[in-house]
Amino acid sequence: MKHLSIAPLGALVLALAAVSPALAQQKSVAVTAIVEHPALDAVRDGVQAALKDAGFEAGKNLKWQYQSAQGNTGTAAQIARKFIGDQPDAIVAIATPSAQAVVAATKAVPVVFSAVTDPVAAKLLASWEPGKGNVTGVSDLLALDKQMQLLRQVVPNAKRVGIVYNPGEANSMVVVKQLQKLLPTLGLTLVEAAAPRSVDVGSAARSLVGKVDVIYTNTDNNVVSAYEALVKVGQDAKIPMVAADTDSVKRGAVAAYGINYRDLGEQTGRMVARILNGEKPGNIKPEVSTKLELFVNPGAAQRQGVKLPDALLKAAAQIVE
Amino acid sequence: MSLFSLLGAIEIGLIFSLVALGVFISFRLLRFPDLTVDGSFPLGGAVCAVLISSGTNPWLATLAATAAGAAAGVLTGWLNVKLRIMDLLASILVMIALYSVNLRIMGGPNVPLINDATLFTLLQPEGMPDYVARPLILAAIVLLAKLAMDWFFSTERGLAIRATGSNARMARAQGVNTGAMVLLGMAVSNGLVGLGGALFVQTQGGADISMGIGTIVIGLAAVIVGESLLPSRRIVHATLAVVLGAVVYRFFIAAALNSEFIGLKAQDLNLVTAVLVAVALVLPQLKNKLARRKPR
Repeated sequence: MKHLSIAPLGALVLALAAVSPALAQQKSVAVTAIVEHPALDAVRDGVQAALKDAGFEAGKNLKWQYQSAQGNTGTAAQIARKFIGDQPDAIVAIATPSAQAVVAATKAVPVVFSAVTDPVAAKLLASWEPGKGNVTGVSDLLALDKQMQLLRQVVPNAKRVGIVYNPGEANSMVVVKQLQKLLPTLGLTLVEAAAPRSVDVGSAARSLVGKVDVIYTNTDNNVVSAYEALVKVGQDAKIPMVAADTDSVKRGAVAAYGINYRDLGEQTGRMVARILNGEKPGNIKPEVSTKLELFVNPGAAQRQGVKLPDALLKAAAQIVE
Repeated sequence: MSLFSLLGAIEIGLIFSLVALGVFISFRLLRFPDLTVDGSFPLGGAVCAVLISSGTNPWLATLAATAAGAAAGVLTGWLNVKLRIMDLLASILVMIALYSVNLRIMGGPNVPLINDATLFTLLQPEGMPDYVARPLILAAIVLLAKLAMDWFFSTERGLAIRATGSNARMARAQGVNTGAMVLLGMAVSNGLVGLGGALFVQTQGGADISMGIGTIVIGLAAVIVGESLLPSRRIVHATLAVVLGAVVYRFFIAAALNSEFIGLKAQDLNLVTAVLVAVALVLPQLKNKLARRKPR
């Protein structure tokens, strides 16, 4: 052995020594997400806003920290350990992989998950009933039956429903499996097209042309990030697009009866506030999104070859021009 | 930095040191640029998670995961040696194919393992908290892997693998079957990576299809950091350096996660990590320069 270089280690020790000051009597919340993207960021901001409304203001009487794993599960694991070591009053974990990393690493620190579609399948919870554990949260499970009603209002003669999704996304697979069960009971059939990367979304949509009467999209990260590619196909082939998130309507979907992720975050934040005020997470019933909004886009409808019924226009929370 | 976060860095560093040992074999000993690891790491995780959640003994599941990783390595080697596909391309082909294979094995993008028995719950001594037990168990496993590797690469067959990597033509002239050595080396390399994947899912609450992304970058960074901390040509020191590199790399991440006090935000994490690793790489050179300036 020649020599052990101690210089980098020295720099490291210095960095580690600078522990952030811990303030007594102050509540603390640590938030982590697997990746940064607009919907998940909206959840985070919603949590912060709701906590402020409940009297916990970041920087004043609340120690707030946020870490993103930048899409890397190894980093997610390490963030989980850092947070548990900091012993905050609650950890908010956004999306399935982050939530699993935190829940696997602690049985003591309260954990509130958010934007997890199926927390029971992800084994974050044993059931949807309040349990004994340290975990509760808010799911972004879609009210699929209501969305299918909307789809039938937009395209009354629809028989075949296309869906573009990423088979590598847990949240999307939950939706596809539910649709496979739900659609036959409504006299509809599901036609699937897989898009493992966001650049595949356009070609997956083109593969549906001639096979479907309408294309439905859930909140799949790949699809949402490349929604324009889908809209182009819809316009060229006159296939209407119905989405599950309201932002996609602004980008060219005909209609969406969807979750507003900011509201989902606020709902999560109110749950966190209850824990900060002394409630046990195990006593709080896990929730699904309560606030769904209808957005319609008559211009997109015209371009995609359908006319929206007046009833739908009247019921809409927002009409995108 | 808290004790929990410190032990967490060691724990995850030790897991990734198995990946780094695998990468060391392919990149350094075999000189085979191998991106298979981005697929064989989640492959090991997928096999292990599915077996454990269907009730298989965790030891057996971990062993199967190691074998699956080795098989992936053999496939890459075979594409290269027998079908004469360029090494880098062969590994990329196997890596992207494994994405689909992993989805098939897992039957979906995510297999949770939160309340199942794992190697770690089986081996955890009574009364010892899990966050202490896990790094200790991992240290033992990694030590065993390191010693086995030291031994293997000093046997005749191991030396033949190293000869194949440093000068294939010469090795063939000495009667070494270089094709078989590439296959064997790739099997050992990806077997270690598959083992790493299996241990990762058992500490992380489950396997996720996204867990492979960037594995090769982490592995390479660990090898390079290790080599700059402890430069040596001897295999015994080199493997120690690689393990050390993987753990130190995780300390860099932990430091980056704890760097909010200087105004850094979550989106700067990758940048901070890159800068810290770059500093670690440059410092030994600076020290050499300073040392040379001293009067002899």
